[in-house]
Amino acid sequence: MAKISDQYNESTRWQDLSLACDVFVPATSAEFRTGDWRTDVPVFDAEKCKQCLLCTPVCPDSSIPVKDGKRLDFDFDHCKGCGICAQVCPFGAIRMVKEEK
Amino acid sequence: MAIRERLSGNEAVAIAMRQINPDVMPAFPITPSTEIPQYFSSFVANGKVDTEFVPVESEHSAMSAAIGASAAGARTLTATSSCGMALMWEELYVAASNRLPIALALVNRALSGPININADHSDSMGARDSGWIQIYSENNQEAYDNFVQAFRIAEHKDVQLPIMICQDGFITSHAVENISLLEDEEVKNFVGEHDPENFLLNSKTSMAVGAYATPAFYMEAKKAQSEAMKNAKQVILDVAKEFKALSGREYGLFETYKLEDAECAIVIINSAAGTAKDAVDNLRAQGKKVGLLKIRVFRPFPAEEIAEALKHCKAVAVMDRSDSFNAHGGPVCAEVKSALYGLDKKPLVVNYIYGLGGRDVKVENIEEVYAALEEIAAAGKVEDDYRYLSVRA
Repeated sequence: MAKISDQYNESTRWQDLSLACDVFVPATSAEFRTGDWRTDVPVFDAEKCKQCLLCTPVCPDSSIPVKDGKRLDFDFDHCKGCGICAQVCPFGAIRMVKEEK
Repeated sequence: MAIRERLSGNEAVAIAMRQINPDVMPAFPITPSTEIPQYFSSFVANGKVDTEFVPVESEHSAMSAAIGASAAGARTLTATSSCGMALMWEELYVAASNRLPIALALVNRALSGPININADHSDSMGARDSGWIQIYSENNQEAYDNFVQAFRIAEHKDVQLPIMICQDGFITSHAVENISLLEDEEVKNFVGEHDPENFLLNSKTSMAVGAYATPAFYMEAKKAQSEAMKNAKQVILDVAKEFKALSGREYGLFETYKLEDAECAIVIINSAAGTAKDAVDNLRAQGKKVGLLKIRVFRPFPAEEIAEALKHCKAVAVMDRSDSFNAHGGPVCAEVKSALYGLDKKPLVVNYIYGLGGRDVKVENIEEVYAALEEIAAAGKVEDDYRYLSVRA
């Protein structure tokens, strides 16, 4: 699928931007890396995880990808580090730490 | 063939709207512009137009609906006054920044308070930085002619900005005067079809309007908006030239009246310009070198052209029908002074606040202004450059 960032990005001149920043590509929010806003970061411990999947539906940013019924590591492009997943995990498989930038 | 009629300014604008036959008109009534949607809704009811008329619940909704309709691809217009425009405030900026060529018939009226329903320019002058093109009209004929030209300017690919056509509440909106109308077919051909490049109801593309722009994009969007406003100046002149060929009536960025050899001049907007021309005639008959500059286009502001037109004057009075409450002067004066700043030899400038809340402006009041200008020119300096005209003291 076409990416908006291929058409307009932070080096686009004003003359080349679309009129009024109108957007002609659908579903562009996935390209916007809200993960940049994060101060805390979740650390996933696959050893402790029982794959109960309690964490997945509570993530406000859909940043816990699930494949074939099993959760994978976080989508750090969009995880804002809110820590809700760490709160609901019954097995201590998610730990919040300060992120070094 | 021109049609001879006698109409109020509101009726004249409503007829221009009927001849344009827009796709959508959302509107909410407010004095003194109420008659415009009132006349227009009768055109809708009588099948004279194909317009979707939306009787909304407020002016906030009127402008919101206009934005939605225009973004969808519809040629859209509305009308309002005073507090009605104040309630549209947020949306005025949204319409301009989304580059939507909406036309607004603004019938100028004072903003509260004290509560007042009569003419002054505090509504449109307050909105002068909202990104709308602003064109002002001295009488019903100009209000009609300006409205017929509105969409050609707003929809031009180099512009794509909303436009407000202003006239003075009651003074011209309700006074019935002679007027020359164009044939319906002439207006239809002059205005042409609305053919936006992109619009929401285009089934061939997906499109999102009103995007969020991060700091990395916002300034580029504003720069593009600013350039579009600069482009509007030439487009306004080009459209006026075509309009002259059609109607015989000539329009520029402003009108000058006996200004070429004038030593003292007044800069004024809208209906009081007619009164001021009478004062100029009286004083010219007495051999006084006086003249007038009537601003038609306030946004974009024709700064260099106005400086060129006024540079030979000894003294200039800029007339403001609204106050900026900056303890320094009105908005028109601020613009004119800033336009004159680059001249090596500048006229002396005095600012008069006049006609607020419908206060009568008589020929003798304007003659007082010219008398004051004569004193200023003789003295070579201005004592108190920020004055109220005809106020009891």
